Amino acid sequence: MDGQQSVRPVGPIVIDIENITKDYVMGEEIVRALRGVTVQIRRNEYLAIMGPSGSGKSTLMNMLGCLDTPTSGRYEFNGRNVADMDDDELAAIRNREIGFVFQTFNLLPRATSLRNVELPLIYAGIDPDTREERATQALVDVGLGDRIHHKPNELSGGQRQRVAIARALVNDPSIILADEPTGNLDSKTGDEIMMLLEDLYRRGNTIILVTHERDIATHARRTIHLRDGLIEMDHAGFIPELDAVIAN
Amino acid sequence: MKRFLYELEESWKIAAAQMRSNMTRSTLTALGVIIGIVAVTLMGTAIGGISVGFDKSMSVLGDDVLYVTQWPWKPVDDWWNYRDRKKIQTEYAETINRMIAATPNSNLIVAVPTSSLMRSIKFGGNAVDNVFTLGTTSDFTLTSTIDCKEGRFFNEIESREGAQVVVIGYDVADALFPSESPIGKSVLINGQLFKVIGVNSRQGTFLGLFSWDSMVALPLTAFNKYFSSKSASDVRPDGASVESDVRVKVKDKTKLPEAKDELTGIMRRVRGLSPEKKEDFSINEQQAFKSTLDPVKNTIAVAGLFITGLSLFVGAIGIMNITFVSVKERTKEIGTRKALGARRRTILLQFLIESTALCLLGGFIGLVIAYLMCVGLGKAFPSFPIQFSFGLVIASMIVSILTGLVSGFAPAWSASRLDPVAALRYE
Repeated sequence: MDGQQSVRPVGPIVIDIENITKDYVMGEEIVRALRGVTVQIRRNEYLAIMGPSGSGKSTLMNMLGCLDTPTSGRYEFNGRNVADMDDDELAAIRNREIGFVFQTFNLLPRATSLRNVELPLIYAGIDPDTREERATQALVDVGLGDRIHHKPNELSGGQRQRVAIARALVNDPSIILADEPTGNLDSKTGDEIMMLLEDLYRRGNTIILVTHERDIATHARRTIHLRDGLIEMDHAGFIPELDAVIAN
Repeated sequence: MKRFLYELEESWKIAAAQMRSNMTRSTLTALGVIIGIVAVTLMGTAIGGISVGFDKSMSVLGDDVLYVTQWPWKPVDDWWNYRDRKKIQTEYAETINRMIAATPNSNLIVAVPTSSLMRSIKFGGNAVDNVFTLGTTSDFTLTSTIDCKEGRFFNEIESREGAQVVVIGYDVADALFPSESPIGKSVLINGQLFKVIGVNSRQGTFLGLFSWDSMVALPLTAFNKYFSSKSASDVRPDGASVESDVRVKVKDKTKLPEAKDELTGIMRRVRGLSPEKKEDFSINEQQAFKSTLDPVKNTIAVAGLFITGLSLFVGAIGIMNITFVSVKERTKEIGTRKALGARRRTILLQFLIESTALCLLGGFIGLVIAYLMCVGLGKAFPSFPIQFSFGLVIASMIVSILTGLVSGFAPAWSASRLDPVAALRYE
């Protein structure tokens, strides 16, 4: 990017996490993946979560994405307590509030772009006409207006990730959670995807980026560094020098 | 509710796409169900056929006719008690008819005497042995579903005068007159010439039970004159014994028990039994016969369906297996769907519908094959009882759906319980 990042005013708190922990039982051992993380994320933030593997980055992402519930601690999403929700309630939150973008795109291979993007709307109980209209619009928004009836194997990697981003956007979620969105793309295509995310941010979306690549994290307006299940640093913008210090 | 419908629609689309993209696998799996459904359906048609065959044979007896006989129409343990009963005399019919006429609001209409004997019948160089030869009156047509393909049954005058006329069954006509019309020809029965005045239409046989096809009927007066020795034992010198009974038509078949009581009273008077004496005759109806045959029929049905059901069970295991494979293969897809907001029920439904769709497809193909086989069998063996009914189609489809639901449930349940995090990470 040009380094001249515009910071948009932030809105009310979307995610409010206080002292959450997560333990996994691995055979005989208990792995403490998160040891007490406290973080608040507001509407219209662009946040990067960084950390080496084993830092608890993925676990935190699963928590934020309501794919998993914490062992202890408080987690409120838009004021609703998510920590004690059951599977189906979590599914409803994921459906309406969170747009996932995965490293491996995770598109349904035999479905067209349109059908892939329609999926969250089906689970939301939207009628077919509205569904098609909104899915088409989402595809146009990510620049794939002419690829609506293509299947994933007829699209390039970058186009696939765009379909995935359209799918994440289509239900108008509170946050977009992108897990290594450029991990499977060449650098040029990766840049295009990051431009798209920047564009989405500027249009008022809240973006959480999970990555271990510094280049990618520079796009965010705020960075959280995780290490050994704890937040090591939470700072505005991206400070390369600081990052270098931490990496050592 | 609306969301459920959309999810349902989506599940059907996925199922169709799955089947299309895994053509070979789906076909092989469906084959198990196809074979199962063919087996069960064919067994169903056979059972239906047997049932219809029984009923058809039974309808010869008529459901509104009571039979006065020496022996009851059911297996008896104390046969010696029946053996010594007095024979039923054809003359009883006249007495019974007089009493019916004298009874106001009688439940009975008319009594018809019948005597029968096995005889040989000849025409020219052709002969048929052991033909069930029936002597009766013209009223016989009232008690039976018999109808003539050609000619007619003998009339009252012929009946009374003992005219030497005969009505022959379809198979008898076929054997004696392979290439000409039997009407007006004279056949030789027991050394006596009888003119053929009617041929019964084909009735078909089943398990060798009663059929008009292989019998002949002639006036009782003539029958008695030429075949019956009229000795007290009714046994002819050649050992063939004449069986006589009286059949009585009932006015209203819904009042069969009342009619039976009335007839019992009449017969007791005919036989001159004092009130304390037990009856020395039996009054039978079609139903009694049916209730002896029904358990046999049901046993065949249960055993047949159980055995063929096993093949369907094997098919169901195939479906279960392939659904497990499908769940395993698409673990990541399940994870993605859950991340996008699919609930447990949604995933459960999706895989249940996949297994059900496969079973339905198999069931449908199986039905078509079974139907074609039935048509083929029917063409090849016209007398083989086959009954392909609409009810059977519905039943097969329901069985297919149930098979799909039952065999798909375990894999679908395991899919719906998958942890989204683990499923997303699955490679």
